[in-house]
Amino acid sequence: MDKVNVTINGITVNVPKDYTVLMAAREAGIDIPTLCFLKDINEIAACRVCVVEVDVKGVPMRNLPASCVLQVQDGMNVRTNTPKVRSAVKMNVELILANHNRECLTCLRNGTCELQKLCDELGIDDIEFQGAKREAKIDNLSYSIVRDSSKCILCGRCVSTCRDVQGIGILDFTKRGFKTEVAPAFDFSMKDVPCVYCGQCIQACPVAALRERSYIDDVWDAIDDPEKFVVVQTAPAVRASLGEEFGYPVGTDVTGKMVAALKRLGFDKVFDTNFSADLTILEEGTELLSRVTNGGKLPMITSCSPGWIRYCELNYPEFLDNLSTCKSPQQMFGAIVKSYYAEKEGIDPSKIVSVSVMPCTSKKTEANRPEMEVDGYRDVDYSLTTRELGDMIKRARISFTKLPDEHTDSILGDYTGAGAIFGATGGVMEAALRTVADILTGKDLDSIEYQAVRGIEGVKEASVVLPIGGVDTEVKVAVAHGTANAAKVLESVKAGEKDYHFIEVMACPGGCVHGGGQSHVSAKARLDVNPKINRANALYELDRSLPKRKSHKNPEVMKLYEDYLKEPNGHLSHKLLHTHYVKRDSYIVEQEEEFAKMLEKLDK
Amino acid sequence: MIKGLDVRANERQFIELKEYIDSIRQSQGILMQTLHKAQEIFGYLPIEVQKFIAHEVDVPLAEVYGVATFYTQFSITPKGKHKIGVCLGTACYVKGSQLVLDKLSKELKVSVGETTEDNEFTLEATRCLGCCGLAPVMMIDGDVYGKLEPKKIPEILAKYKD
Repeated sequence: MDKVNVTINGITVNVPKDYTVLMAAREAGIDIPTLCFLKDINEIAACRVCVVEVDVKGVPMRNLPASCVLQVQDGMNVRTNTPKVRSAVKMNVELILANHNRECLTCLRNGTCELQKLCDELGIDDIEFQGAKREAKIDNLSYSIVRDSSKCILCGRCVSTCRDVQGIGILDFTKRGFKTEVAPAFDFSMKDVPCVYCGQCIQACPVAALRERSYIDDVWDAIDDPEKFVVVQTAPAVRASLGEEFGYPVGTDVTGKMVAALKRLGFDKVFDTNFSADLTILEEGTELLSRVTNGGKLPMITSCSPGWIRYCELNYPEFLDNLSTCKSPQQMFGAIVKSYYAEKEGIDPSKIVSVSVMPCTSKKTEANRPEMEVDGYRDVDYSLTTRELGDMIKRARISFTKLPDEHTDSILGDYTGAGAIFGATGGVMEAALRTVADILTGKDLDSIEYQAVRGIEGVKEASVVLPIGGVDTEVKVAVAHGTANAAKVLESVKAGEKDYHFIEVMACPGGCVHGGGQSHVSAKARLDVNPKINRANALYELDRSLPKRKSHKNPEVMKLYEDYLKEPNGHLSHKLLHTHYVKRDSYIVEQEEEFAKMLEKLDK
Repeated sequence: MIKGLDVRANERQFIELKEYIDSIRQSQGILMQTLHKAQEIFGYLPIEVQKFIAHEVDVPLAEVYGVATFYTQFSITPKGKHKIGVCLGTACYVKGSQLVLDKLSKELKVSVGETTEDNEFTLEATRCLGCCGLAPVMMIDGDVYGKLEPKKIPEILAKYKD
């Protein structure tokens, strides 16, 4: 790439010519403020917070261009700290604030709000404009995502993320002028749109216009109720992000402190979703082997990610039979707690409250799916996000950083490295391969790290030669993360271009470590740190540190089979641990049936 | 809640729209062109039509809706049998056309841009109609009414009610 010389505040830097002024300024060590800018995702110059004064070879540019989209030119002279720039930026932020619900003290994002931080940095001390404000609408009808129009600053970060990263497009700018609102089509509630509740919009939102629906109060009520026996499970990815709520660097494994905090919060038992991740491998691995040897539907596709399941139900119903019938680890765990565990410990299952802490907002909707119960007992009663757990720990005034490392409780707390890596894209695939390869070869294989399925490339492929029915067979697998990548893989299968045996799909880019329920990482911090990579590394390190790294070596899981389930995919497993899926329609119109018929007719 | 579109009764219109979309698939910016055509065929852009367009053009419904609500030439609600346009140009406004508009709004129980529940009238505000000498002015369908006063409104509306 050709390089050009640009001078920024008197500092000359030599940068590639496709750089924006904003990126060039970073090279020069100059921090230009931004708000709507989300690198590679939302670069639309909407907020005008990153404006600069520019002249090229002595000729001043008209007005103040936005540095996030202004391409560098040789001989460009940029000034970011002139009276003109300072006053324009301040004015632009004040105009945004004039139509913003400024109840910061009672706002969920108090402390993590990017707008709040910007106001502090810019020294905003008064908002002169006392005009009308847009009508406040709060949509809290979905189980997962709350949309609050009074907080929205129309930056468009959620719009770009949903449409371009995830390939879904639930939110867009609607109406115009003062009435402009980022909203679903026809003002549908988030409950009634083909949203998969991945929460990537929440991760993109700089303010609290999009946030998770909180179940914290319900969990406190359960903990405070002496009649209830409250158990908690934490997903693999939570431990790689929870620390960020307490100042740890992005991607610090805080398993021990997390367990200690949960015990101090008053949960009666602290278990681990890693346990049921191992259990999932036994069930799903067995299902895969059975499909491969008995001519079942292939490729088999993982079913751990509820966002992915919803995406498939809404957009690719023709693949429903390809989905593994296994419930997700969250739901498996809940079903085991209220059956096996209750029986073993002699606890009335109706007294058990099953709480999960997830990196995910879609898990809240999954936990509320009507079929996710056994004998009338809900698998999971309340699903919290990593952020909500952070809030509970803060509210209980537990000094997280000073906590000792503690261990999860038996008999549902033990886990292997295979369960631990479920949180990273490719993790479920790798865990499954470790177990399936051992079963098929009849050996305890040493080579267990499948590097080809690791990393953050959108679609990863690998093939492993394994003896199936005595014949060496090339087992072809694919891993996709982010729903747009999932669509790519499914389209290639549909077109007959690819014939995989097994596909792992996670709805969120990067997998669960980058789920919609994880700790917020600001747009600015993301320029230096990639949470997908850092948090995944924490899980792979945890895997390497564990004495057992294959799911079928988990003693507590094997005990569960021995004492209760008897065998994977057996009768009891099917009752407790497996489920089914349904085709879902979206944006239902009054004559939906007629409409669908007409579409089908016209498509021919 | 607006009553949904009768899908079967409008099948011919949907076919016409689909033929139009198929004819422009190769060109750029087909969403705008499609919305114009749909507005022309259906008279408005109900959810059924926008959902159809989203499906055919392969864009999210939110994007279709975003464009349809951005431009004033598109309408989400059906237009009434009679279209009332009250001039809010400078001359009419100074002569009190806002009061005329308010009276109409009250009589018809609709806001500007809306259509009455019985689908009889659509109330709209317009720019200068070119007959400032008659200010304040309104038009109902092709008829011009000048030198208006709010109290004359019920009498005029009565002419259009069956």
